Amino acid sequence: VGHAVLAINGAEVNGRVTADGKDVMEFLSNPANYPVSIRFGRHRLSSNEKLMLASMFHSLFAIGSQLSPEVGSSGIEMLETDTFKLHCFQTLTGIKFMVLADPRQAGIDALLRKIYEIYSDFALKNPFYSLEMPIRCELFDQNLKLALEAAEKAGPFGPGS
Amino acid sequence: NSELFTLTYGALVTQLCKDYENDEDVNKQLDKMGYNIGVRLIEDFLARSSVGRCHDFRETADVIAKIAFKMYLGITPSITNWSPGGDEFSLILENNPLVDFVELPDNHSSLIYSNLLCGVLRGALEMVQMAVDVKFVQDTLKGDSVTEIRMKFIRRIEDNLPAGEE
Repeated sequence: VGHAVLAINGAEVNGRVTADGKDVMEFLSNPANYPVSIRFGRHRLSSNEKLMLASMFHSLFAIGSQLSPEVGSSGIEMLETDTFKLHCFQTLTGIKFMVLADPRQAGIDALLRKIYEIYSDFALKNPFYSLEMPIRCELFDQNLKLALEAAEKAGPFGPGS
Repeated sequence: NSELFTLTYGALVTQLCKDYENDEDVNKQLDKMGYNIGVRLIEDFLARSSVGRCHDFRETADVIAKIAFKMYLGITPSITNWSPGGDEFSLILENNPLVDFVELPDNHSSLIYSNLLCGVLRGALEMVQMAVDVKFVQDTLKGDSVTEIRMKFIRRIEDNLPAGEE
């Protein structure tokens, strides 16, 4: 069905192994561990896959704005397929924020702007973060996670539903 | 609370004066540090103010004076002395929070105490594809009645334009 186990009892799962090294199938087949909460979702992209996606999309975004019959068109803001929607927000400084989401997920525009704020706070205001490098800031990750969870909870009708 | 801010900036400048021993070098360092702040601050500004792209330098001046300065320093400088070509203007600051309680001694007469601000403006505008020259032309610390910052548009930065902005 294309879905993978993403987390068990709140702790993220890496492939077939839980965060503390147990095998997922073993854990699930042991009734002593029930009740158990399992989060399913689309398989997460690896870092390499993300890099490839970003660099490919960077070019496509630019080509999109040139191909457009409208003068002064922006680049590709949204790419919709049967299985996912890719949203892209480009800032005036040229930074692009991309979100891959379920096609029915609403509130992505607000999410992209929230992510811009989180980036400008927890990445840029951290003096030890160098511009254009991968962001390895814990506070950034934490706040990003919170924002994503809030958007996911809101479901197909956006926050406040 | 602005006292800590004033004290922190003051400590920074005096330390630089000790480290570099001549005013010109200190001015350069302040500009450099300001630049590094500006390239980061611009994203915070854009993320929070939802200001769109400015269509000309006059709009830019308005945004800088009425939104940016208000947001970050709590003051609203006035915009004056436009050049005939519309590529230069002055920001007049009645008061400057960086220099509360500061007096420049005689041995630092060529120190541009608030030069950090010039760097910030330069760095921030560069990130939105504008090359500008920013300098202080009047300074209350040097006995002038107001503090005046002159901003000059040099050129649009064409390399690495974000897609869709041609």
